[in-house]
Amino acid sequence: MSADTLLHTPLYTLHTEAGGKMVPFAGYAMPLNYADGIMAEHRHVREHAGLFDVSHMGQVRLRARSGGGEAAAHALERLVPADMVALKNGKQRYTQFTNEQGGILDDLMVARMGDSLLLVINAACKDADIAHLRAALTDCEIEVLDDRALLALQGPEAEAALAVLAPAVRDMKFMDVLEVDVDGTPCVISRSGYTGEDGFEISVPVTEADRVARKLLEQPAVKLIGLGARDSLRLEAGMCLYGSDIDETTTPVEAALEWSIQKSRRRGGARAGGFPGADVILAQLEEGVSRRRVGLLPEGRAPVRGGAPLYADAAFTTPLGKVTSGAFGPTVEAPVAMGYVATDHAAPHTPVVAELRGRAVAATVHTLPFVAARFKR
Amino acid sequence: MTLYFTKDHEWLRVEGETATVGITKHAAEELGELVFVETRDSGTVVKAGDSVAVVESVKAASDIYAPVDGEVLDNNPQLSDDPARVSSDPEGEGWIIKFRLSNPEQLAALMDADAYAAFIA
Repeated sequence: MSADTLLHTPLYTLHTEAGGKMVPFAGYAMPLNYADGIMAEHRHVREHAGLFDVSHMGQVRLRARSGGGEAAAHALERLVPADMVALKNGKQRYTQFTNEQGGILDDLMVARMGDSLLLVINAACKDADIAHLRAALTDCEIEVLDDRALLALQGPEAEAALAVLAPAVRDMKFMDVLEVDVDGTPCVISRSGYTGEDGFEISVPVTEADRVARKLLEQPAVKLIGLGARDSLRLEAGMCLYGSDIDETTTPVEAALEWSIQKSRRRGGARAGGFPGADVILAQLEEGVSRRRVGLLPEGRAPVRGGAPLYADAAFTTPLGKVTSGAFGPTVEAPVAMGYVATDHAAPHTPVVAELRGRAVAATVHTLPFVAARFKR
Repeated sequence: MTLYFTKDHEWLRVEGETATVGITKHAAEELGELVFVETRDSGTVVKAGDSVAVVESVKAASDIYAPVDGEVLDNNPQLSDDPARVSSDPEGEGWIIKFRLSNPEQLAALMDADAYAAFIA
């Protein structure tokens, strides 16, 4: 896609003014990093507070045509393996859209807000997800909230910075969602994110996004952070990137996401199954899988990137799987990666070998996350 | 001593039949802070265009190509502990690799400082 056909988010002007290195991402011109660079931006988020433009992501409101929020929750359970009915008003939960083979069409966050559910979906999957929702949930109204931008404010100083404009956020806990004014603008805020740090995602009207972002940036703790640091932060936090670590060929159980499938949806549960690929996924929960997503800590300083083959031995005779994401972890101060390995090599501390430019690089299976989460529970 | 530049944003400082190679300031700014540098071993005979080193930022790996034919003589020993030296002083302390030139006439095809400045403008 050429530069002039790329979409712009409402913060495009702010990004270019701030020296953002704009790159194509899911059809949008997005900032890879600003003047300080990925390493400094990454550390700034872990130490202070970073502001990310994630307006390229899709925001969707789902309402049942008859019945309230509970009816909408029942409807969405036809497409995802998580318990949506038990999701309390004002709370958010992570789940996946699955296909008939048990693979993952997209991963998403769902918030229960009164009589509706608010979904945040990946930019690259937006059109497909919306078509999927409309085709499968004819009993629901699917409203695409393209009049809203999405900002993420992440880091140990995020609460203090946001509380200046919206004092009520101090009382929010991890995965709470609240409709609240930010500097007089009605927003929907969740206390969640994609960095492993405490923080917030702020859904703000497009017309006010630039103003609210600049207000947040007036706080000395807050700096703009690009997609480069977003990727290294989420990797250290052990979180999946759709299209790399999970996709239509990986199931939630292979991807080690079974924590997001509550008991009520498993065999013997009150609403067991009933989502695409349930037969595959529920069987895997009980019988296990042949491969698992794991963290990998390569020895030495060389980053091992997505695509690198993994073996049990340095002669490359026993293939185990492959790396799906890898980078240098600025907080870990070493290369970090994740990937899929045969289940008999998935236990923490298991030695494996990655192939890097034809050479064998020793690596160890590592529990995720690499950097402990600091959510406000 | 003569300084040459390539379209791959590398510089060569030629002294006699030895060329010291690094990446330009422009390339260093584009790549961001480097976290790892790896070079081919001394004694490796390379053709122009062969990959002779890999420099890695947080985000991506980039190849460094041999600008001319030659034999690898040495690499910058400081970079294994401090790859960020390439980012902070790309055209000085952050040099990457040294070659013995085997076809010095290939230098004629490279750019001088003015031509490179125009190339990146």
